[in-house]
Amino acid sequence: MKILFCLIIPVSFLFSQPEVPVLKQWANDYTNTLNQSELQTLNYRLKTFEDSTTNQLVMLMISTLDGYPLEDFSYEVAKKNKIGTEEKDNGALLLIAKNDKKLRIEVGYGLEGVLPDALANSIIRNVIVPHFKRNEFYAGITAGVDAIISAIAGEYISDKDDPSGEDKSPFISTLIMIIFAILMFIFRGRRGKRGGLIYFGGLGGGRSGGFSSGFGGFSGGGGSFGGGGSSGSW
Amino acid sequence: MKSKGFIVTLSIIGVIVLLGIILVVWGIGAYNNLVTLNESVNQSWSQVENQYQRRTDLIPNLVNTVKGYAEFERGVLTDVTEARSRVSQFNITPEVLNDPQAFQKFQQLQGELSSALSRLLVTVENYPILKANENFLQLQAQLEGTENRIAVERRNFNQTVQTYNTTIKRFPSSIFAGIFGFGVKQYFTSTPGSETPPKVEF
Repeated sequence: MKILFCLIIPVSFLFSQPEVPVLKQWANDYTNTLNQSELQTLNYRLKTFEDSTTNQLVMLMISTLDGYPLEDFSYEVAKKNKIGTEEKDNGALLLIAKNDKKLRIEVGYGLEGVLPDALANSIIRNVIVPHFKRNEFYAGITAGVDAIISAIAGEYISDKDDPSGEDKSPFISTLIMIIFAILMFIFRGRRGKRGGLIYFGGLGGGRSGGFSSGFGGFSGGGGSFGGGGSSGSW
Repeated sequence: MKSKGFIVTLSIIGVIVLLGIILVVWGIGAYNNLVTLNESVNQSWSQVENQYQRRTDLIPNLVNTVKGYAEFERGVLTDVTEARSRVSQFNITPEVLNDPQAFQKFQQLQGELSSALSRLLVTVENYPILKANENFLQLQAQLEGTENRIAVERRNFNQTVQTYNTTIKRFPSSIFAGIFGFGVKQYFTSTPGSETPPKVEF
């Protein structure tokens, strides 16, 4: 037993571990890189994805890992927040450490089949990193999220030679999202005037986050992870 | 007088029977608990094994891809292939967990394979064309993913074994563990080079 402790303790003293956050939303940016509307669009996209497929995909951007291993941190975030449902383990996490210029896609047990390591790696290298190299974080994250979603739906095939195919779908989906968001806004505004209290009461949850609050927050479903996925840097 | 002695004898017997029942029920509970813990150790061990197997299965593909580059150092490839065949020849059963020497051997063989693989990946750094090869990059991603899975499963395994070993060593469950023959299980210790997955920076 003593030997085991001797093994664990040095590792945890070597690097001060950044605090593992409890995530309340699907899209989380602790670096203030994304503006409010970008964050909301992203959040809405991920929430709708969960509502329609039960797959939980979560994005987290932090500033630095302080030298703590990316893979360990990513696993701990995924595990603590129990991303994915308990029955299907269908969770995935897109983790970005902005100042370290490192990122990782952590894949839950249930999605390892549709999102194997090689594919996750290809998404990082060919879809996300080119954007990040130009400091286009929102574009990179959106493209990455879209690629992950299509991979889970069985559409994204690692293919470097056809960038036009990649560009099309994000545009359409963004457009649909914007229309949806506008409709929601108008709809909510009207209802709010008529019977506001009852309506908002029915939604439940805190409203502190403005627009996005109407969706209710993210909560993990109990999914488990086994270290699948891929890491990259830019 | 006669009846009083009878009552005393009866109550002594009653107390003994009662103690016997308590002991049996307690024993059953402790035994079942040990069985459950033993099973969870075996289960997490099979996860560790799966991931190591996955790595072993990946290697032929990796070696073949790298082989295509005629000038690539043969020695590095031979090391990997030989380390792999030594790992494959080693027969793993859950019994390995009860045998310190066999477990040490298993760790050592896997560790040798790990370091042969990291040497291979470091050597690749000298071959820019190979490094840019999509096929190679995918294999490398798979290998890195597998190394990470191995690390995760090893950690989970160590935690499960820790719970198990603590239980069988602690009083009073240590008595039942002794009676039913539950022995101490082995866990992973870090050997230099095997703990960190081989990393290649781009």
